[in-house]
Formats: sequence, C-alpha cells, structure tokens
Amino acid sequence: MPAAAPAAAAGRAPAAAAAPAPAAARAPDSDAAVDLAVVGAGPAGLAAAVTAAGLGLRVIVLDAGDRPGGQFYRHPAPGLGAARPGALHHGWDAFATREAALRAHESAGRITYLPRHHVWTVVPGGEPGAGPGPAAPATEWILHAVAGHAPEERAVRVTARAVLLATGAYERQLPFPGWTLPGVVGAGGAQAMLKSGLVLPGKRVVVAGSGPLLLAVAGSLAAAGAAVPAVVEAASYTAYAGRLPVLLRNPGKLAEAAVHGGALARHHVRLLTRHAVTEAHGTDRVEAVTVARLDRDWRPLPGTARRIPCDALAVGHGLVPQLELATGLGCATRRSSDGTVALVLDAEQRTSVPGLWSAGETGGIGGAQLALIEGELAAHSIAGAVHGAPGHAPRGRRVPRLTRDRARLRAFADAMAAAHRPGEGWTGWLRDDAVVCRCEEVPAGRIREAAEDLGARDARTVKLLTRAGMGWCQGRMCGPAVSALAGEEPAADRRPLSCPVPLRHLAELHTGDR
Amino acid sequence: MRSPRSLVGGTPAAAYEITFDGRDLTALPGQSVAAVLWGAGILAWRTTREGGAPRGAFCGIGSCYDCLVTVNGSPNQRACLVPARPGDTVTTQEGTGHADLAV
Ligand SMILES: Cc1cc2nc3c(=O)[nH]c(=O)nc-3n(C[C@H](O)[C@H](O)[C@H](O)COP(=O)(O)OP(=O)(O)OC[C@H]3O[C@@H](n4cnc5c(N)ncnc54)[C@H](O)[C@@H]3O)c2cc1C
Ligand code: FES
Repeated sequence: MPAAAPAAAAGRAPAAAAAPAPAAARAPDSDAAVDLAVVGAGPAGLAAAVTAAGLGLRVIVLDAGDRPGGQFYRHPAPGLGAARPGALHHGWDAFATREAALRAHESAGRITYLPRHHVWTVVPGGEPGAGPGPAAPATEWILHAVAGHAPEERAVRVTARAVLLATGAYERQLPFPGWTLPGVVGAGGAQAMLKSGLVLPGKRVVVAGSGPLLLAVAGSLAAAGAAVPAVVEAASYTAYAGRLPVLLRNPGKLAEAAVHGGALARHHVRLLTRHAVTEAHGTDRVEAVTVARLDRDWRPLPGTARRIPCDALAVGHGLVPQLELATGLGCATRRSSDGTVALVLDAEQRTSVPGLWSAGETGGIGGAQLALIEGELAAHSIAGAVHGAPGHAPRGRRVPRLTRDRARLRAFADAMAAAHRPGEGWTGWLRDDAVVCRCEEVPAGRIREAAEDLGARDARTVKLLTRAGMGWCQGRMCGPAVSALAGEEPAADRRPLSCPVPLRHLAELHTGDR
Repeated sequence: MRSPRSLVGGTPAAAYEITFDGRDLTALPGQSVAAVLWGAGILAWRTTREGGAPRGAFCGIGSCYDCLVTVNGSPNQRACLVPARPGDTVTTQEGTGHADLAV
C-alpha cells in the first residue's frame, strides 16, 4: 500500500495543518449531479467537453494541469508573454478554437473548468444498491480530486451522470546503464518542459528511443536552439513499407512526416535507424552516450558501439495509456499492437462499463488529431444517452464522418505502433548493475535473480521480492522493463490511487461519503 | 542565437527571483520550479535515499517523481508541477526529505 508515500507527498507543512479543514465536497452547485464529468483537458477531453456543452449538456472538466491542452497542446503560461504560442505545434488552430469555445461555455455557465484538479478515484454513486455492471448501471458517479498544489491542496468531490475518461498517456521507458544520470530526460518530457517553460535540458541533446514522437522532439529542440547530433531510432522505418495501403489513406500523416524530415535536414540532424543508446556516461551528469547498431530483435550488435558526446539525452520508447481510473472501475482492456494495454471501446467510445466513456490515448496511442475526433464522437454518444435516447440522438452527418476518420487514423496508429513495438532483444543492453526501478533503486541483476532463481513469473511477484515498482511512481517508469525481465507482457495499469493523496482526504472519504 | 524564447516571440512579464541552495535564480512568471532550474543550467536537485545519487526532472509531466524537491521547507514537491513564486526558497532534498525527523 502506498499509504506512507501519499502522506509524505502531501508536503504537510505546518501551514497546511493550520489551514481550515477543507470541506470534502466543494463541487460547484453543491452536490447536484452534472450531466457529464470529463477527466482530462487534453485534445480528447477538450473536444468532448465543448461538443457536449454545445449539445446542451452541463459539463465539468477536471484536469491536473494548470492550463487546458494536455500533453500535445502544452504551451507557455500567459506570464511568459509568448506572441506565437503555436510555434511549437502542428494544428494550433484546432486547439485555439476549442479553447475559445471552452471559455465561452464557461461564461455561459454550461462548462465548469477546474484546472489543477487531480482526480484520484471515481466511484459509483446514486441510488443505494446501484453499482457498475449491465445489471444495475450506476445512475451517477462520484469523482474525488485533490485540488491545488501542496501544501495548500484541498479535497474536491464532483457528482455526474456520465463520465468521460480522457487521461492520455505517459512515456514508455526502456532502461539502460546510466539512464538515471541528470541530463537524461524523457523525450516527451523535454518537449513538455520546452513547450510550457521555454527551457532546454542542455545545449547538445541526443534524441533516442523509438516512435514518431522522437522526430517531433528533435525538430523542436533544434528549432529552440539546441544542437541535436543524432536521432537514434531503434526500429527500422522500412517496417512501414509493408503497410503502404494504410499510409496512402493518410496523406495528412505523410505530410506531417515530411515536415519533420525537412526540419531535421535543415538543422543537420542525423537519423540513425535500428540503433539504440545502450549506455549513458558521466558522473554528476551525462557527458556522452554509447550508440550501438541493433539486429532485427533489437539486440545490440557486438563491435558496433561508438560514443557521441552530449550534455543531455532525450529518450523514450513511445507512450503508455494511463488507465488506473478506468481499470479501477473494471473497464475491459486489450493489447495494442505496440505491446501496451489500452481500453476496449465500442464505435461510440463507450467502455465496457455502462455510464463510462473514454477517448484519446486511453483507447490506444494515436496522436492528437485522433484524440480530437474521438472526444467529439464520445460527446455525441453521451448526449444521446443523457437525453434518454441512447443510439438515437440527433447527430446529423457529422457522426458518420467522425467514425470514418477515426477508423482511418486508428489503422494508421496501429501500423505505426506495430513498427515501433520493442524487439525482445532490448534487454541485451541492460547490464546487471543498471538501475531498473528509479524510485527504489533496484538493479537489473536483482530482478533477474527474482525471475530466474526465485521463480517470479510476473511483475507483481518481482515487485514483492525486490520492491521494483513499489516506489513513488508506482511502476510507471519501470513497469515495461520489469515485465520484460519477468518474461511476461506488460499488464494493465492497476494502482489503488492515481496520485498521492493526503491521508486526511482518505479519512474524510470514509465519513463524507454515502 | 536561437532560443526557446525567440521561437515563441513576445516578452515575458517582469522576471523575479527565487533562491536555490542560497543562490539567486531568475524566474519568468508561469515557469515551474523545474523550468527555472533548467533555465539556470541546474539538472539535479535531489539525492536518492539509498545510493545518494543526484536526480532532477525526468518525465517532465508529474509521473516519475524523480524531480522531488524542498520548497519553502516542504519536502517532496514535484518541481515539474509546482509553479515558482517570487521569493521561493528551493533547497536540495536529501533522501526522503525528512532527515530532520529521523530518530
Ligand atoms: C510527455 C509527452 C509529450 C508529448 N509530446 C508530443 C508532441 O510533442 N507531439 C505529438 O504529436 N504528441 C506528443 N505527445 C502525445 C500527445 O500528447 C497525444 O497524442 C495527445 O495529447 C493525446 O491527447 P489526449 O487528450 O488523449 O491526452 P493528453 O493530451 O495526454 O491529455 C490528458 C490530460 O488528462 C490529464 N489527466 C490525466 N490523469 C488525470 C487525473 N487522474 N485527473 C485529472 N487530470 C488528469 C492530464 O493532466 C492531461 O491534461 C506527448 C505525450 C506525452 C506523454
Ligand atoms: S519530472 Fe517526473 S514527476 Fe516531475
């Protein structure tokens, strides 16, 4: 149980203790249920919220971030005075129009937007005896959130008839010796820090891992003034060749690739495919990386290693859907073609649990454009359900169009995910002394020992034997690696709480709830 | 010289200062504590409980907890999420950040 960690996370400074005890429920309009609660204000959640409000629903949007936009449309705080906040994005207009719609619905009282609200659990509410499941669908849901930044955070409770989970994804990391050195950062993380804080991790940044995000990151870092000596991609782009029909049905995606390719050429960035960073060197911070050629299964080929000097490494191997709220409620999951676990969703973005919808990367990694489409699609479905005529909502020609676009973009995403799925040989670069679990500082050797000598066959058993995955991040960073070392496919996100929760909020839950 | 700021153009509102381990750092309004530190070329602001190894921001979005830091005496704040406020005192966090409570 993470009980100790959340207490510490709350940063219980004396000031917090002295503050008046927050009411358990601070939902706007007291406890009256809104039609729809949207968790996440990324492309999917934002599109869903403004569409649903436009269809007459009363909506609450809760998002952990300071500003709407999620991971893709991350942008500088107003105080940074950026005249061209869209300079680091493709399709900024798609965000700008939806943000404007959000603000308009807010002033009209149709949407309540709650930034800095981290939802840590969702539970069925409504009539006593009601619960999730086809037999007795929940008539409403209660969402519990931690609002604000410690030490001033407080508990907030929201009640809604329908819930849309649009919680996005986090980066997949495959460890290597030296990956805990300062200066080694997530590729998406470097992008996120650049987009919101206008900062770079170093002056000479190698970008490595796998997936199309690397090209975007390298392009942004270079445009912002960093030297990027190389993009090191473990997959081989020739894998796309076998998917030509899908590619050709997505000319927009090809154009996007061409833009990235052009940017890299302009900034003299080399693209090394079927290569990986197998070690980062340095004492207090990264000073160089070793890059090696890989075979088809991502095994480093002996004799191919060489060093590239750098003062930062931005690394990531694609994204992992963030599912703990959904799996906590029993939503069914499936294995995506990149090996990650995603939610099972129907044609209208419904999860397997009645009353719960999901859109965006939770249903499989697919990019911001797909997330926007899915959010809108979900809103039409929810409006139909809330207005009492599921499947018969007034939806005009828009929905079939969205459904078609979704299918086309999902097919593209699947092709791409398959091309970048980690090969089994990657653990070949994981020396026994390399840290795998960053939080608990568990080296690969101890995990191998648990798997090989002590018979651990899954990540859960490894965790109990070694503490890998038991720390602060609850396995978000080491999960894929621990599963690989234990010889199983990664399992679905299962974390009792989606973020650290002060113990006093948990205590209030007991008394404050029905 | 290209820079992140020149890329997005515009002019930030007045900068202010925070301190990191006694050193004055310039913060731009709206930056997280981690962004201010990166801006000053500082990549590590914590040491681990076991090995005493240096750590800083890794995931950049609040999921890895590697960026924990002590802000105004409160340990275990995620520097990538916490906004820097004028006059904040940021200090390197050692181990759990609760060394003063150890028995
Ligand atoms: C670090 C990172 C960087 C990325 N950079 C790029 C890029 O440069 N280019 C690109 O094409 N793609 C990028 N991506 C992928 C891109 O983010 C997605 O394709 C797109 O944003 C998906 O939209 P979404 O709405 O599904 O999720 P997201 O945009 O991830 O939005 C999810 C939102 O939910 C919020 N949230 C999650 N859990 C909770 C909770 N429990 N309570 C409250 N709020 C919650 C988050 O704060 C976030 O705002 C990046 C992804 C990551 C993780
Ligand atoms: S950098 Fe990962 S939580 Fe802050």
